[in-house]
Amino acid sequence: MASVAKIARRTFLIGAAAVAGGVAVGYWYISRPYANPLEGGLAEGEATFNPYVKIAPDNTITVIAPRAEMGQGISTTLAALVAEELDVPLDMVKVEHGPASFAYYNAALLEEGGPFPFYDQSLMAETVRGALGGVSKALGFQGTGGSSSIRDGFEKMRQAGAAARYVLVEAAARKLGVAASELSTANGAIEHKASGREVAYGEVAAAAAAIDPPATVRLKDKADWKLLGKPQPRVDMLAKVTGAPIFGIDVVLPDMLFGTVKMSPRFWTKPVEADLSKAEKMPGVVKIVALETSYGHGFGVVAENTWAAFQAADAIEVEWEAAEYPADSAAISKTLQDALASGDGSALRDDGDVDTAFADAPRERLVEAAYEVPYLAHACMEPMNATARFKDGVLEIWSPNQMPTITRYLCSEAAGIERDKVNVHTTHLGGGFGRRGEMDFSIYAALLAKEAAGRPVKVTWTREEDIRHDTYRPAAAGRFQARLGDDGLPEALDMRIASPSVIGSALRRMFPSISPLGPDRTITDGSHNQPYAISNYRVTGIAADIGIPVGFWRSVGNSYNGFFHESFMDEIATAGKTDPVELRRKLMADWPTAVKVVEKVAAMAKWGEPLPSGRAKGFAFTLSFGGWVAEVVQVADTPAGIRIEKVWIAADVGTALDPGIIEAQLVSGAVFGLSAALGQEITIAEGMVEQSNFHDFDAMRISQCPAFEVAILENAERMGGVGEIGTPPAAPALANAVFTLTGKRIRTLPLSKEVAFA
Amino acid sequence: MRLIVDGKSIEFEADPEMPLLWALRDLAGKTGPKFGCGIAACGACTVHIGGEAVRSCSLPVGQVDGEVTTIEGLAASGKLHAVQQAWLDEQVAQCGYCQAGQIMSAAALLEANPDPTDQDIDEAMNGNLCRCGTYPRIRAAIKKAAALKTAGI
Repeated sequence: MASVAKIARRTFLIGAAAVAGGVAVGYWYISRPYANPLEGGLAEGEATFNPYVKIAPDNTITVIAPRAEMGQGISTTLAALVAEELDVPLDMVKVEHGPASFAYYNAALLEEGGPFPFYDQSLMAETVRGALGGVSKALGFQGTGGSSSIRDGFEKMRQAGAAARYVLVEAAARKLGVAASELSTANGAIEHKASGREVAYGEVAAAAAAIDPPATVRLKDKADWKLLGKPQPRVDMLAKVTGAPIFGIDVVLPDMLFGTVKMSPRFWTKPVEADLSKAEKMPGVVKIVALETSYGHGFGVVAENTWAAFQAADAIEVEWEAAEYPADSAAISKTLQDALASGDGSALRDDGDVDTAFADAPRERLVEAAYEVPYLAHACMEPMNATARFKDGVLEIWSPNQMPTITRYLCSEAAGIERDKVNVHTTHLGGGFGRRGEMDFSIYAALLAKEAAGRPVKVTWTREEDIRHDTYRPAAAGRFQARLGDDGLPEALDMRIASPSVIGSALRRMFPSISPLGPDRTITDGSHNQPYAISNYRVTGIAADIGIPVGFWRSVGNSYNGFFHESFMDEIATAGKTDPVELRRKLMADWPTAVKVVEKVAAMAKWGEPLPSGRAKGFAFTLSFGGWVAEVVQVADTPAGIRIEKVWIAADVGTALDPGIIEAQLVSGAVFGLSAALGQEITIAEGMVEQSNFHDFDAMRISQCPAFEVAILENAERMGGVGEIGTPPAAPALANAVFTLTGKRIRTLPLSKEVAFA
Repeated sequence: MRLIVDGKSIEFEADPEMPLLWALRDLAGKTGPKFGCGIAACGACTVHIGGEAVRSCSLPVGQVDGEVTTIEGLAASGKLHAVQQAWLDEQVAQCGYCQAGQIMSAAALLEANPDPTDQDIDEAMNGNLCRCGTYPRIRAAIKKAAALKTAGI
């Protein structure tokens, strides 16, 4: 690791705020509690205890799970945390996302934004984590991302449930005239066993809400958990199998209009000339509006139905300005290569003395390789959309989004109204993967609503618009070298990785007045913070500004660093004649948590046992978002091409709150990574994205989907995230399997450019 | 224009070239079928017409010939369809956006083939994209639904 002194001299970036080495936010500010946003919107007789719990007189118990539900199951597990301590069955609870509010800040989202690896529990690392969590609280940063929701909510949600239960019991004790210690709770009621009397929560909710809970409440011991640690039926499953209108795109409001956008296909550029006359005359078209935003320029169409809006958008004739960035994929690749060749960069890992270790390295002991990966789109199944209404000075936005408080802020800025006149309603998300942490779709709806004379407008993008106006997973390139010792193990490893800065790009569109400071840790995230002990070990990130918008794509930097680091580790194993699993066992010996997942997956996959000819396995490991994940992929040579037959995953997340949901997320993450590795790439020509829909930007189909076997371990001391951690090891495990099968080392993605898949 | 959707007659005015999907969603208030691609490449918009699975995003409403069933009309008289029940039992959905289409394709498959093999499932379901990667549970749920149907549940 880079020394503390080196880090202290630097600055580093976190989320949307640039923070100097020491964070100058006073404790009083950090600990300031926000008002309970539920107080303003209670129904008749309903009582609220804290921002997470409401109880009505009829015993309807509502839990606020203020994180975006995009399939990761967060609404279920957050509700289970509250229900566990409130002592109610999960099916007794109504779960809502709740309003945009600073009270729902996510401390864990920024906590790991410092330069420390997850396993570093030094005072410095812990201090910075605490400080960054405090920044999130101070900013009221409500967001869903970074696989952080459970780490943020684990204490908070249980305390919310326990505090509410405490005052309910207290109120029941007063009502029944008995001591609170004589009462017990179950199924949403308080029971006095001695007298056989029972009081429903709803009966005493109003009285209870007036009682102050104590400063600390005792939480249940893990051994007493009834819901947590066991698979729960998802709270939204019935809605999802019956086609209920839960997504942003399903919003229906009285008198609603429909719309779409046609934004410049060359990022940031404006129209040189536009002819709207044909589009304006089309049936069903209400209005065409020019849009100028920090996300891009173009036109919005308001119409009587979505189909009419799509057709009118198609009929707008525009000539767009030329791009101000490298205009094609070859020029982008050259920019990355030039950045690698430059002496620039920032090493977030710099152990030993790498330069000296390579200075006298004999040729035959060197392993060298160059890797490169393309831009990727998120391609959420639900195309970008939002609905807005601007009436009587108030802007209401219904948006499937991951960042409600920043959405509220940027929409108020774009519409030119006060922030407290904007209400953001977060719907279910038809996929998020980081794309819906952006605000473009909400801003466009807000701007079109301002032109709709008080009528709501549902603005839906075409798939083509969605693919061509993403905030892409950045392209990245790396040059790596290793020096092997007599034992075949690496004595030195030097990795240089160039990529556009996700944080810098996000600041440009969200907070253009803030200049990025310091290195962006996401460039090397997944390479600089892995649990490998190598005497001389350096990982350098170089920010290569290209100008194509880049953003947070499931697992962010880990998505390509996992491929770089773990493919190159496989090359080291091959060159040093060491078994890849054995290599990890040796290099990871200082991290027993890592060794245990490696050994678990090896045992599950029967690693090392001979396979029939035409079959091969590959291995990879990535620690990301606090999840320690090892994957083995088995491939088979078939007449139709290489088939992915089976994937084994072992993951340690510390405490597994819902094994069913965690299993689903690990499989989901791996399928996401395999989809990209199999065939996805976004290419640029004449400044525009060439792909447009699922025919040229596809994902894994059911016929390609392997069988999965998953094991969840709980050895890690700290709790890890779940939503993204299955993704990083998937591509390298597949590429390593393809190498073993074919002898072909593929160092670029997608793999389908080099081999055919069935 | 008149269509029978989920057993009810619906009357609306539409350009006959408008895809059935948008007529259902924007004019008939049936938001169950989802917009995913507009080119019949993802299956999110799948409905049944006369029992056959059809991509409603690419079928002009003027060419619809038969009764339309959407996910909203799949459960009969308050009881979930065997496929929906199996989806619930196997906890298939993640984000859930593609699942209306997946369920409609699976229901049509089981109508035509009550005991599908893995290969039958792959062929029938390959047009339905899922970005959350729920495929292993989809396979398990289709087999479960087949068993439920055979048992007459």
